[in-house]
Amino acid sequence: MKKGDGMIINHPLLGPRDAAEFTYLGDASLIDRPDGMTDDALQAFIDYAYLRDNVAGNHRELWFHEQGDRSWLVVTRHTVTHEIVNVELACDVARSRGRSK
Amino acid sequence: MRFSGFKIISEALRGHKGWDATWRDASPKSRYDYIIIGGGGHGLATAYYLARRYGKAKIAVVEKGWLGGGNIGRNTTIIRSNYMLDGNEPFYELSLQLWEGLEQDLNYNAMVSQRGILNLFHSDAQRDAFIRRGNAMLLNGADADLLTTEQIKSRYPFLNTENARFPIKGGLAQHRGGTVRHDAVAWGYARAASRLGVDIIQNCEVTGIDIKKNKCVGVTTTRGPIKGGKIACCVAGSSSQVMAMAGMRLPIESHVLQAFVSEGLKPLIPGVITFGAGHFYCSQSDKGGLVFGGDIDGYNSYAQRGNLPVVEDVCEGGMAIFPNLGRLRLLRMWGGIMDMSMDGSPIIDKTSIENLYFNGGWCYGGFKATPASGLCYAHLLATDTPHETATAYRFDRFEKGLMIDEKGQGNQPNLH
Repeated sequence: MKKGDGMIINHPLLGPRDAAEFTYLGDASLIDRPDGMTDDALQAFIDYAYLRDNVAGNHRELWFHEQGDRSWLVVTRHTVTHEIVNVELACDVARSRGRSK
Repeated sequence: MRFSGFKIISEALRGHKGWDATWRDASPKSRYDYIIIGGGGHGLATAYYLARRYGKAKIAVVEKGWLGGGNIGRNTTIIRSNYMLDGNEPFYELSLQLWEGLEQDLNYNAMVSQRGILNLFHSDAQRDAFIRRGNAMLLNGADADLLTTEQIKSRYPFLNTENARFPIKGGLAQHRGGTVRHDAVAWGYARAASRLGVDIIQNCEVTGIDIKKNKCVGVTTTRGPIKGGKIACCVAGSSSQVMAMAGMRLPIESHVLQAFVSEGLKPLIPGVITFGAGHFYCSQSDKGGLVFGGDIDGYNSYAQRGNLPVVEDVCEGGMAIFPNLGRLRLLRMWGGIMDMSMDGSPIIDKTSIENLYFNGGWCYGGFKATPASGLCYAHLLATDTPHETATAYRFDRFEKGLMIDEKGQGNQPNLH
């Protein structure tokens, strides 16, 4: 997609879809839920719940296809130009990081 | 130079040759006691109150672009203090009181217009919530007035009170609310601060924050390094970017909020009116254009422009209460970048780094807060203790569970 085309999310299963069909959750780091059993779990959960990198540049973020197939996507989008550079299924991303589902 | 009616007459007789620049365009010195990063409304107000109320000198405001070129010039100019929670309402009421005396205090016409704000409600449950909020406002010394549908009909006959889906059941009015000429706020604070000796340094982008042994000692800028006693970040919209230079991550996401101005009309809307069933707020500028806005776009953005779905959503909200807007054309629309915090409320606090201070997280309520934000930040910088109305605006409220969440949405910045 070229710069300035508006926000079209190229869904891995359904093809190009208007961003208005989706709801936005936030930074894809939310996939990496901390381990609650470690000694530093409290601080890890405070960081997880409340602190964000909030980059000006390529941002990996979670979008939910609420008006479509209800899948979660990890969209890599430039926060200054709104250009979408990559779209993955969130379940694939989570599994590639060792999650079971 | 002091502005007065006498001055206008005497200048008119002398061909208006005696007016001088509104503020001095200063060049950076090597050291200041206070360096305020960000020459927007809040930064300039901070510098002004620091010099005026706390008697401090050697203050610099460093601004990346030109003065007043950020969010102080990109908002919908509304002032009000209709909050509910204890951590917020005294602060916003202080701000409204400062607005009321602002022009005399600054000797500058900021066109403060207390034309009133009306929040409409559309269901019994919403009425009860608004009554509760109105009572909280009254308890904190603000004004609040519950209007019936009949009162609203007689004051605002053009409103569609009979909408089948969202009938107007009444409204909560704050008659002291209103609008202010936003650019004049920046200019007025800049002029008043400059007259007190504050150096306002434009085109001076901070590119680094100098920290030695967990102590902030100055900033690196595009116009050279500047040493400072206390460094005060005040750049809402770009807070995460600036604080990242100090190695800090913030409880903030940056989001884009769009605003709109229609073509000019004869007087139509007497105050500020908000639609309670969607998210739509509207006032009429003195030039005649309707100034309105609604929700943020909802995704992280630094683009200062949004997308069309929200334009459609905002205009639908407008049409729902003002059917007579249907043939009006939009003249201008733009976006501003908001610091959306994790609980929808701001932060005015010290940081974990000595001599580095932070003011941000204003969500889309920053404009009305300008005077109190400046005063409370100046108080914190001068005394190292929070101002009595800003004790809740701390970084540690998230880990302590002391969130100030007016909407009750939890840690989801795009829902506040």
